[in-house]
Amino acid sequence: MRPQERGARLAGLAELPVARPTNPLAGVASYINKTMVIAEVEARKLRHDPTELLTRAVQPALWLLVFGQVFTRTRAIPTGNLSYLDFMAPGILAQSVLFIAIFYGIAIIWERDLGIVHKFLASPTPRSALVLGKALSAGIRALSQALIIYALALLMGVKLNWNPLNLIGVILLVLLGSAFFSTFSLIIACLVKTRERFMGIGQVLTMPLFFASNAIYPISLMPTWLQVIAHINPLTYEVDGLRALMVMGATSTYPVGLDIAILVVAAAILVFIGGKLYPNVVV
Amino acid sequence: MAILETDALTRRFDTLTAVDSLSITVNAGEVFGLLGPNGAGKTTAIKMLTTLLPPTSGHARVAGFDIVRQATDVRRSIGYVPQMLSADGTLTGYENLLIFAKLYDIPRREQEQRVRDALAFMGLADAADKLVRTYSGGMIRRLEIAQSMLHRPRVLFLDEPTIGLDPIGRMTVWEHVRQLFKDYGTTVFLTTHLMEEADSLCDRVAIMHHGRVVALGSPAELKQSIGGNGATLDDVFIHYAGDSLDSGGTYRETSRTRRTARRLG
Repeated sequence: MRPQERGARLAGLAELPVARPTNPLAGVASYINKTMVIAEVEARKLRHDPTELLTRAVQPALWLLVFGQVFTRTRAIPTGNLSYLDFMAPGILAQSVLFIAIFYGIAIIWERDLGIVHKFLASPTPRSALVLGKALSAGIRALSQALIIYALALLMGVKLNWNPLNLIGVILLVLLGSAFFSTFSLIIACLVKTRERFMGIGQVLTMPLFFASNAIYPISLMPTWLQVIAHINPLTYEVDGLRALMVMGATSTYPVGLDIAILVVAAAILVFIGGKLYPNVVV
Repeated sequence: MAILETDALTRRFDTLTAVDSLSITVNAGEVFGLLGPNGAGKTTAIKMLTTLLPPTSGHARVAGFDIVRQATDVRRSIGYVPQMLSADGTLTGYENLLIFAKLYDIPRREQEQRVRDALAFMGLADAADKLVRTYSGGMIRRLEIAQSMLHRPRVLFLDEPTIGLDPIGRMTVWEHVRQLFKDYGTTVFLTTHLMEEADSLCDRVAIMHHGRVVALGSPAELKQSIGGNGATLDDVFIHYAGDSLDSGGTYRETSRTRRTARRLG
């Protein structure tokens, strides 16, 4: 067998590698570009096989249909001027984002086992751009969930706010929430390195993060110690912002700008740490 | 001209010294083979040279750049095909290459042509738009080599390029690697534990054992060194590295090798 030679122009040493960006602005552009390329991988994968998006939608659908309906009738939880279903719909969106993102690290371990991570790390891509790209990838998945949850909420009569600015805010919060939790997950993956240990830790973390937040009941109902935890849980700020932006007549506990700022800072810190730890995953 | 030099390059894991004072020089345009039984330290050596693993001590320069202080420059100058199958099965062959064309800063208007050319060169033009999980093992390996050559690296690292392939897949990969350095003069640094592979591809080989280089030279020289006449590289290998009954690597390596082999099967 011989290599096909049709149009084979893979030039050798004669041509030098492409010039590197020299000014800082080009550096930033290149960084963003690399981040988008990593996210593009995820978008292409989803296009080839979108079934996962549907199976992932089952759990939030059950929460809304079963839990939401029942608790709306019991009127056990004081939710002010909102019906319980209106109150919990943004919480379920945040939950869905959390559940997708928190197990994202398993994909990192899987890619490490396959050798895919090695090749990305041997390329001249900044480490934190690889991590940020992964965070954005999780965001793409989460956004497709948001679409399904909006559709379900609409069907169930949740009073959704369709103001374009609010929708943009929701998209931003979903991206930030999944960036935070998926990078958190990536950091755990870099530390524990095996699938078995990761699954254990993932299970242990998800429920406490969910219950120690304002996703399905107001913080004011919690005992003091839990209130303290809820206040340092980034999910609380995500839900708070989502509730104000997503539902007609809902108000946030904190200014939405503050919710967003807290998530931006928290995600940025984690991406920085993740960038430092990511190379360890192949050691 | 030396394109790759290592000076007492060493890597320790806890108590195990995986690579012990490796000092080798590879010349530009050469096909250099690092040989040794499983667990000899070949993969650790290649991980250090490709900047994936920091050395415990010692130095190395690849394409003129220091692997620790100028890691990004090294990464721009090399291509790397890991031992495990690293192509993404859920993307097409074309997509796998396109992503890396973008990561290696190949100008946008050249990307498509470059990817198509690389696929054609490796005999994968017809399979370009199929998902990689439908490829045979040999096709995946050729795709990975195409991927690692897109940015025209000065040194190409191949870690066990034919592990788990059947004889036909192996021959095809060899054929393409030979064509690659014949046409473009790329320096190839490969690891293998197949003596046949080293004999048919390499200009020079170093035999590693317990992290150290125990023999270095052209295949012919090495055969000569143990008595010449009729000696094969297998004999050389056994002569220099055949003392250990426990060769076979760790549980983790074995499970990884078998997994790779299964994916290829």
